[in-house]
Amino acid sequence: MAASERVTVALRTQEDVVSLRHRVREQAVVLRFSLLDQTKIVTAASELARNAVIYGGGGEAIIETSLNNGRDGLTLTVIDHGPGIPNVEDAMRAGFSTGGGLGLGLSGTRRLVDEFELRSEVGQGTSVRIVRWK
Amino acid sequence: MDRVPIIKIGKYLLATIQTDVQDNVAVALQEDLAARIIAARARLVLLDISALQIVDSFIGRMIADISGIAKLLDAEVIVVGMQPAVAITLVELGLTLSGVRTALNVESALAMAGIRDQN
Repeated sequence: MAASERVTVALRTQEDVVSLRHRVREQAVVLRFSLLDQTKIVTAASELARNAVIYGGGGEAIIETSLNNGRDGLTLTVIDHGPGIPNVEDAMRAGFSTGGGLGLGLSGTRRLVDEFELRSEVGQGTSVRIVRWK
Repeated sequence: MDRVPIIKIGKYLLATIQTDVQDNVAVALQEDLAARIIAARARLVLLDISALQIVDSFIGRMIADISGIAKLLDAEVIVVGMQPAVAITLVELGLTLSGVRTALNVESALAMAGIRDQN
């Protein structure tokens, strides 16, 4: 069986962050992720969505699920059109924060997923793509 | 905006987060609890998070902050009922909530605080 689904969620407000958590959870359940894997991917989604709302001035998230023989996974791409991240290396370091947070967001998120790809251009915005395989 | 209900039972306060909360609800809980600790002269606050399916770095920081604020107000917070998957995820995220007291359920939290038989 091979199937895939794609869901787009707008990210403008705190309510949207909660909505995204619910949508990611739904898709993780469809993929029959374990409860722990559901928790990890939903937590990662929450971190990225909050970044997009608070620092990126809003954006959108795309949830893609793929059900293929042997390789089921959930891919989440969070895109904003905010100021971008001038120094990605700094931003990925645990303890780095510009927003009064704990600075665990990006470095912690990377630990919760199997694949993590961050692209950012100053003045253009930031895009983060994460994948959790089943 | 929803608010997290806080009830007074005897000498302690019980705040139960009943659903997935958005950030401003968690911030409001900080302020509400601080006010209620003073008003009720409470020395113990049980923060029941058993219904929370995730705790991310923001909510985690709120929990740590609530615990710190209560200490300054001469009260203690015991975080009750964290789900195992939440605990594992929090540690992987890098947030160990050191300094925050926890209990598996309300009964053991009360036993820990030594007031089970007084109510």
